[in-house]
Amino acid sequence: MTEIIEVPSPFCGIGTDDLTIQVEGLALKVTANGCAVNTPAFELPITDTQARVAGQQVSLETAISKAADILRNTNQPVFGGCATDVNGMRAILSLADRSGAIVDNLAFNNARRNLLAMQDSGWMNTTLAELKNRCDVLLIVGTDLEGFAPRFFERYLWNEAMFVSDINNREIIYLGKLPAGNASTSPSGRKATLLACDDADLPEVAAVLYALLKGKTLQAQTVAGLAVSDLQTIVDKLKAAQYGVITWGAAALAIEQAELTVQTLCGIVKEINQQGSRCSGFPLGGREGDQTANQVCGWTTGYPARVSFARGYPEYDPYLFETQALLNNAEADALLWVQTFNTNAPPETGLPTIVLGRSGMSFNREPEVFIPVGTPGIDHAGHAYRLDNVVAIRLKKLRDSGLPSTAEVLTAIEQNLQVSPC
Amino acid sequence: MLIKLTGGTLYDPASGIDGQKKDIYIQNGRIIAAPSAEMPIEKEYDLNGKVVMSGAIDMHTHIGGGKGNIARTLLPEDHRMDPVARTPITRSGNGHAMPSTYVTGYRYAEMGYTAAFEPAVLPINARQAHMEMGDIPILDKGGYVMLGSDDFLLRMLTAKKDQKAINDYVAWTMHSAKAIGIKVVNAGGISAFKFNQRKLDLDEKNSYYDVTPRQILQTLAKAVKELGLTHPLHVHGCNLGVPGNVETTLNTIQGIDGLPLHLTHIQFHSYGTEGDFKFSSGAAQIAEAINSNKNITADVGQILFGQTVTASGDSMRQHYNHKYASPNKWVCMDIECDAGCGVVPFKYKDQNFVNALQWAIGLEIFLLVNDPWRIFLTTDHPNGAPFTSYPHLIRLLMDRSFRNDMLATIHPEAQKMTSLAAIDREYTLNEIAIMTRAGAARIIGLKDRGALSPGNWADITVYTEDADRQKMFTKPDYVFKDGELVVKDGEVIHVKWGTTHVVRPEFDISIEKDLKPYFDRYLTMKMGNFKISDDEITEDGRGSITVHPLRGAA
Repeated sequence: MTEIIEVPSPFCGIGTDDLTIQVEGLALKVTANGCAVNTPAFELPITDTQARVAGQQVSLETAISKAADILRNTNQPVFGGCATDVNGMRAILSLADRSGAIVDNLAFNNARRNLLAMQDSGWMNTTLAELKNRCDVLLIVGTDLEGFAPRFFERYLWNEAMFVSDINNREIIYLGKLPAGNASTSPSGRKATLLACDDADLPEVAAVLYALLKGKTLQAQTVAGLAVSDLQTIVDKLKAAQYGVITWGAAALAIEQAELTVQTLCGIVKEINQQGSRCSGFPLGGREGDQTANQVCGWTTGYPARVSFARGYPEYDPYLFETQALLNNAEADALLWVQTFNTNAPPETGLPTIVLGRSGMSFNREPEVFIPVGTPGIDHAGHAYRLDNVVAIRLKKLRDSGLPSTAEVLTAIEQNLQVSPC
Repeated sequence: MLIKLTGGTLYDPASGIDGQKKDIYIQNGRIIAAPSAEMPIEKEYDLNGKVVMSGAIDMHTHIGGGKGNIARTLLPEDHRMDPVARTPITRSGNGHAMPSTYVTGYRYAEMGYTAAFEPAVLPINARQAHMEMGDIPILDKGGYVMLGSDDFLLRMLTAKKDQKAINDYVAWTMHSAKAIGIKVVNAGGISAFKFNQRKLDLDEKNSYYDVTPRQILQTLAKAVKELGLTHPLHVHGCNLGVPGNVETTLNTIQGIDGLPLHLTHIQFHSYGTEGDFKFSSGAAQIAEAINSNKNITADVGQILFGQTVTASGDSMRQHYNHKYASPNKWVCMDIECDAGCGVVPFKYKDQNFVNALQWAIGLEIFLLVNDPWRIFLTTDHPNGAPFTSYPHLIRLLMDRSFRNDMLATIHPEAQKMTSLAAIDREYTLNEIAIMTRAGAARIIGLKDRGALSPGNWADITVYTEDADRQKMFTKPDYVFKDGELVVKDGEVIHVKWGTTHVVRPEFDISIEKDLKPYFDRYLTMKMGNFKISDDEITEDGRGSITVHPLRGAA
């Protein structure tokens, strides 16, 4: 048995890298600093290690050859999921470039809520260490932050800070969804301010915050059940803060006009800076390789991870190239699905399907090709991006499972397709 | 394989060769002396009438790192106008202002460049910088790691730690981030912006730390000297873009006590406050200061007219500049108690007085600095213009009548405020070769690059002489990288992978006794996970690391 310390996690999005993990054969046990997200994700046992074609166990070479056959005979394949590490994403893009595929990250509909706002007007954002050391007022919009990342408060708020003299004085304000637990209560017992409203009302509430910040007079006394005076208090606190932060989780904003809400929040941040105080945005994400996919696709194609290579060069369309829409409308003729972080099945389709998945993945319809692959940060080393999009963590190899990496499998498929290498 | 390049006219300033006909022999990737007659020549290129230089080296270009990827993501409309299709040997991508990585490599190579250096590698973002540069084909690459607004250094300075401790931290950071130089961006200013200071002069204190930009520059310049780094401290000065900042720049030069300093994109730091618009050229004073201070080098950061995007670590100045964003969208970030960044799209217009004068100021600096070994050809890609505009810039420098024709088309008030029309100088081919090859290799500290003498790596570019210098430098006949022909007639015909250049100054590992608790208490990553290992660059089978000697140790 070996014990590995300072293990970085690709699962939680916040790049926790203080886990201690015991390795016994292929079994992992998180013995320190685990959480409800990371511990089960690391400890998920390996079940199948053998590739399958049409449900029959085959050698890896046979599965690779079959996958290449499928791609060779398609006109418009779509490469979905894209939940992998940097090298896995590099290999997805390389194979897609060669096959004229569409590449689409599984979390793109969530990321789109941020990207549309960013590509329309930009933003002012911050990263985890700045938040940890500077934030004195944190406004959490439409998200249960501790549900997203159970150790967020412990690691970044109720923890020593370089520029906040008493961390107990940090002001936490929830707007919209309320937290499931008490992680947001400070060590001294100071509780968060809770202003609950329906998710569907967030566009209106955000607009009111912006109007108040701009000094507009409102006739209404309440909005979405909240007193306008309470919203004015939020504005005043943000303006008075040394370093205010507004955070939101795009995944939680499952509402109409989510991107306009994000844009309004980003506008509020910019306006506070314009009025002479410091404030930053902090979008949550980083799960299942979503930031990794967008970063690698960004430098390889110039666009985030919803791109078509059908014309021989990358084209970006945040709506047209959605995997589910392509499947629903019969616009694709094969699906390659990559999910290395969990055993969630790919979307159901009757199309020829190749799945590179985490060991133990089960299917309602057995795909034509299933290749169990290693999980980055467990079965092989790699790189993954944290939610704040600046920091790439170096993932460690924890055990010798013999499972191939996404990059190894896709590179072999590409070699099998046998056009000239580049 | 023995290759002979026969009869070309060489411009090899590192060897003192200025336009002489000479043969070159290549074996195992390197240039060798004329071999004995028995050795069979397997491939010969007739270069009679051709101009031969070593591969060009861009010593300051933003090709790798998070802010570049933000710039890409921010501007899908810019990519849509310049799609690059896949070929049997090259990957697809997109170009214009901030090209995708593969396209960056191809386009640089197709202009005769064989190496490019990212000047703003944030320590915490160094992995990304190297991963992006790892996806740039053909070129050699490297980075200058950014210090000066990182809280660890500012705490050391406030605590009056001795110079040796600072040197150890600087060297430790270079090892961790895999760098070949040290860069400072708006010394202390990125930190000050986080404390809500909106400007910071050379002798103004950070509102939290008891530290001024001048102290930071002096301390880091001393560290660079004492560690024996070849590349001088690479300085993006205070007050970028502020009218009157010529005084700050002159003061920076005077205050460095003769220590080596490289002032980057100095065009943006050479502005006076004269005239009706309170904006004037400080180029003559800056050039005079460079001419008379041999410890100073500079690259220009020329602006050229058109759409681009500015991507800088200087979050303080970029936030101020957002009001000029065109299109009107921009990003600023505070980053990890380490640094920051700002990404602001710009459209430089020849009929805008300020932009027109910026254009003239850059050219004035090029032409008024006497020593081509101490001034370098850059547009601060993509900030002044995309790197693909270099051939146009070379023509502006080499062709006075072309330059004056262009001058006659810019904003009339700007024409009145520049001395450009009165400057007769035209750069020679030898001077271009110094600025873009020999001088660049020397200032970065690249051993065995940037020269055509035996022993050097065979990075070689061959041009057809043409009075239209833009045409000549746009499309080389041949480009060899490490002895392999990669470009023919201005098009990539073969793809290979360059190396990553670094230096590894010695340091006392006991600095980690201070760093480890700092990481544990304040940062969001463990110190051990922060350090980049060699295999992160080499494990894909394409990348490699080349360690260069320190100054005087070659």
